[in-house]
Parts: sequence; structure tokens; C-alpha cells
Amino acid sequence: MLGLLWLIPAIPFVSALALAVLPVPRKLVAWIAVGATAGSAVVSLLVAIAFLSAPPAANSYTQVLWTWFDVGGLHPEIAFYFDPLSLIMTVVAAFVSFLIHVYSTEFMIDDEGYSRFFAYMNLFVASMLTLLLADNLLLLYLGWEGVGLCSYLLIGFWYRDPANGQAGRKAFIVTRVGDTAMAIGFFLLFHHLGTLRIQDLMQRAPLHWQVGSSAAVAAALLLLGGAVGKSAQLPLQTWLPDAMAGPTPVSALIHAATMVTAGVYLIARTHVLYSLAPVAQSTVAVAGAATLLIAGFSALTQWDLKRVLAYSTMSQIGYMFLALGVGAWPAAIFHFMTHAFFKALLFLAAGIVINAMDDEHNIFRMGGLRTRLPFAFWTFTIAGCSLAGLPLVTAGAFSKDWIIWGAWSAGNGSPAFWMVGLIGVLLTALYTFRMIFVVFFGEAHTEVTKRPGLAMQVPCFVLAVLSIVAGYVKTPFGRFLETVLPWSEGTHAGAISELVSEVIAGLVVAGGVYMAYIFFLRKRSYTAALAASAAGDALHRFWLSDWGMDWLYDRLLVQPLIWFARVDKSDFIDGFYTGVARLNEFAWSVLRRTENGRLRWYAAGIAGGSVVFIAVVLFL
Amino acid sequence: MRRNLIFILMSIEIMLNGTGVAFVAAGSRWGQPDGQIMFLFILAMAASEVAVGLALVLRLYRHHPTLDADAVSDMRG
Repeated sequence: MLGLLWLIPAIPFVSALALAVLPVPRKLVAWIAVGATAGSAVVSLLVAIAFLSAPPAANSYTQVLWTWFDVGGLHPEIAFYFDPLSLIMTVVAAFVSFLIHVYSTEFMIDDEGYSRFFAYMNLFVASMLTLLLADNLLLLYLGWEGVGLCSYLLIGFWYRDPANGQAGRKAFIVTRVGDTAMAIGFFLLFHHLGTLRIQDLMQRAPLHWQVGSSAAVAAALLLLGGAVGKSAQLPLQTWLPDAMAGPTPVSALIHAATMVTAGVYLIARTHVLYSLAPVAQSTVAVAGAATLLIAGFSALTQWDLKRVLAYSTMSQIGYMFLALGVGAWPAAIFHFMTHAFFKALLFLAAGIVINAMDDEHNIFRMGGLRTRLPFAFWTFTIAGCSLAGLPLVTAGAFSKDWIIWGAWSAGNGSPAFWMVGLIGVLLTALYTFRMIFVVFFGEAHTEVTKRPGLAMQVPCFVLAVLSIVAGYVKTPFGRFLETVLPWSEGTHAGAISELVSEVIAGLVVAGGVYMAYIFFLRKRSYTAALAASAAGDALHRFWLSDWGMDWLYDRLLVQPLIWFARVDKSDFIDGFYTGVARLNEFAWSVLRRTENGRLRWYAAGIAGGSVVFIAVVLFL
Repeated sequence: MRRNLIFILMSIEIMLNGTGVAFVAAGSRWGQPDGQIMFLFILAMAASEVAVGLALVLRLYRHHPTLDADAVSDMRG
């Protein structure tokens, strides 16, 4: 059964190719696309069951298909590696992809680019699964760039609006900055360790490098560059909010559930390297902690429903990075799983709302949808509770409490990280319930024009169930994952117990929900008064613009480049070569005059020339 | 300077004869046979040159009934 592993990425790839090349009739498109992701999900489940029921030797299974190429000692193989980490990531990614494809069949039904959409989506799924299953870093890079390409294509899916194309290019270029760093990291690893197979690298790295050696730190930091680019963490996070220009299912699948967590996967996959480079690992934690706060504050001020969710995604991935940075590896992967469920659901429910409001994104023009879109209300609330981490009943609570506990107790944990985690919990509860209260309560502003059909409701329902029950597998999940990602226990773990940490987090959530209730439902005048004050207004604008990061990058990088391009419009290197050409032209026009057809001129020229020539030979 | 093509050709002949004489004189001065051999070559070359040259002049005369060299400057390539 394990031998079917290659089918997981192959099925959606073939389907994407078929949809892109063949003139498939519209009716069939949905069947092919959904069928491919369903096949992929089923195969991944079968392989996972086979793996769990009879774990292979060494707790991993490698399937070598063929050697990609063989040149200069580098011979990467097309090979897939299956271990507990890739098992969890693959199954979650394949399953969520399947659900979102089902949802998209109805969501995109009126779109003229129906088959184009599904071709891109299937290609994305194939690339994502290749990334997760890759046995070597080069194949991982192929998947990594593949998902980046699909992200670009799908953000700019409605390409007739230039703003969407702009957003797509921004996402592509900003992530490319990180990817370049990552590629250099790969070169460094290959140069020092002589291989790109991830497992060999992880075995050789501790033999070649001391803890804290500069090469290990450099390699780890360069890989981190790729990870922060893809996962929209500080300082490369600016592309994600703009990426919301794509269709909502794309935001759910690519920019919430799967692709943006690729950075988390990369760091978890190469965690040995980060253990060798404590500096890099601390950087991971700090980047995550900073992003989770910055994005949390920004989410509080956004008025676009999808942008709130985008900032929330950045904030939650910040939690995952925090967990990775402190050494609580399984907690990060667990949060990836629960986040994939509830954040995908939030986007899908938001898609229902946006569709029903005739493409209205402004939450302040919604309101009162509780009774008119009850299905969206319930699913959104369940996912929102999970996101906020309502204790005991939601999956998000289990994973987030685990991270917060890890921030205190794990190897690199500290009370400071723990506090950041708790502030993040307060922010999450605030912005989540702000959305819920503003969108679904209060008085109605806009008419509901459309109601979701079965294809949109069923995936939401499944994800809603998962957003609640997925948390209960925490203990077996942790035990299963710790075979590959050992949790490192810190020194000051004993000061408070896990239970105390969870209770505190639960109280913070309750406080946040209550605050949101006061500010956004009960006494809207408080919020208005706060926003009207000078400091409040300044902060509001600062946070609304994502802490001025876009402005900063615009001034620091974009404007100078545009200025230089304008100055160098006629390209001074080109100018040099044009000058050479002009000089030749001038010389030609002078010499041309000597060719006048007068025989006597020629004779005189020859005579004069030979006199000069002989003189030169004789006297020089 | 002369413009008559026939005169130009004749002048070339005289120049060639001049070099021939120079070769012969130099050969006798240093007692070498090379000067006389060179003269034979020049003689053969001058004969063929004047044959071709006169043929061209005849041909040219059909198109431009003149012997002025400047009159045919419109033949430049």
C-alpha cells in the first residue's frame, strides 16, 4: 500500500495538465478537478493507514522513482519521503484541498475562467504535495516554486482588474526575495555537506558542524529567509493582505490552510539544523512573536473581511513560528492542522457572506446576518471560536494552549514569549469577535441576494466538525510526532504547570470576548469615541496600514528603483554602444567621400600611400 | 596631371621599365642573376597588363567616345 505514495501528487498533476491542454466541457471540469483531489486525498489516507498499522523500519518510507539528473556529484532523485511529519501534513493538505475544491465548484460556477481556475488549483495541489513529500531539497524547491507560481496565477485570477495583477506580482516578488535566500542556503548546504537529501543532511550536519558554528547559523538563517517569505512573517509579510485579491477559495486553500504554512514545514523538516544554530532558532521565535503581535493589532483595525482574516493568518503562523523557535515542534505542527481546518472554514464562510452580499467586503456594510444567513453564522462562529481558542470545546484552544505552554516550558522558552503568546490570545479573541459581532449582529445594511447551495454547505459542515473535534487527538498526535520531532524540555518548566497556563489562557480569551462584546456590540459609542481621539485615530491609521510597512518598503525600495529606472530610461550602457556605432557612422561618412570614381585621385592615393608606407618602414 | 587614358597607360609602362632597369643595374652591381630574372617577370607582367589595359580602353571607348579618365568617373561602385 505504501507503494501508492507517488500517486498522491501525480493524480492532481495529470488532472491539471488535462484541464490546461484539453478542451474539457464545462460540466466535466468540476468532476475531473474534484475527482483528482478526492483521489489524492483517498490515496493519502490509504497510505497513512498502511503506515500507521504497520510502521516500516526506521519509522519512515522512501520511494525512489528515478534519478532526476546526475551532474558534478549532484544527483537528486525524484523520490518521496514519508514519515510522521509528512504524513500529517500530506493528509491534512490533501483533505482540505478536496473540501475546498468541492466548495469552489459552486462558488466559481458563473466565472468564465472555470476550467482555468481548476487547472491552477490542481497544479497547486500537486506542487504542494510534492513539496511536502519531497525527499531532497531540490524536489522540495520544485514544489516550493510551483506553489509560488500557482499563488501568483490565482491572486491575479481576475486579471482584468490591474489591481489584482499588481497584488499577484507583489506576492511573487516579495516571496522571491525569501526564495533567493533559501536557494543560497541550499548551495551552502550542498557545498559543505555534499548532498541535498534531507535525511542525509540532517545526519551529516551534527557530524560536520559544532553547535553554533557560523556555517550552520548561516545555512539556518538563509533557509529561514525562504520560510518567512512564504509564510508571510516579519519582515516579508506585506504581500499576504494584498493576496486577498484572489477568489475566496484561493485565499482559503493557498493563503490560509496550506501554502503559507510551507515555511513552518521547512523549519520543522530541517529542525536538526536549527538545533545546531541557536541564534537562528531564537530568530525564528522572535520573528514569530513579533509577527503575531503586529498582525494581531493590524487585524483589529481592518474593515475588509478578508483582510482581517489575512492578518489573522499571519498572526496564527506567527504562533507556529514561535513554537518552532522555542523548540515545541509538535505544537507547531498541531497548530498547523487545527489552523488549516478553522481558517479554511472562516474563509469559506466569509465567501458565503461575500457572495450573498453581492461581492461586498466591508464588514460595516454587513450586519444583522445572523438570522438571514444562519448557516454562515454558525459555521463562522464555530471557526471563530476555534480561532480565538475558546477553551475545552474547540480545536484551536488545544493547539494554541499547547504553544503557549511550550513558549514557557520548552528548550528556548521564556516568560517573555509566554506573555507575548497571551497578549496574542487577547488580540485574537478581540478581532475575531469584532468580526462576528459586526457582521452577524446589529442591524442589517445590505440585502442578501444569494444563499449557499449544497456544494458550499457540505465542506463547511465537515470543516466545522473538524474545527471542534480535531483538538481531542492532541495526546496521541503529540506521541506520534515526537518520534521525529522531539520536544525539548526547558529548565524553568516547573514554575507553573500546564494546567495553570491553560486556565490563564482561557481567562484571557473570556476577557477578550467580553471586551469585544462591550466595544463592538453593546456600546459602539465607546469605539467611536476611541477612534475619534487623536491618539486613537493615529494608532488606527498606523495599524490599518500594517504598521507602515508597505509605506516603508515603498520609500526604501520601490521608489528608488522607479527613480533610477526613470533616470536610466535610455540606459547608459546602451548609450556607450550607441556612441561606438555613431563614431563608426561618422568615420564612414568621411571615408565615403574618397570614393569618387576619379582615376587620378586613386592613382595619387596609391602613390601617396606608398610614399608614406615606405617612409614609415625606412625611418621608424 | 594627365587625363588621357593612353598616356596614363604609357606612363605605367615607363614606370615598369624604370623598375626593370633598376633591378638589372642592382643585379650587375652585386653580381647576382636575380635582377635579370626579376626583369623578365616584369616584362611578362607589363605585356599582359598593357594587353588587358588596351582591351579595356577599347571597350570603354564604345560607351564613352572620349579618352578623358575623369569622364568615366560615374562608373564608381
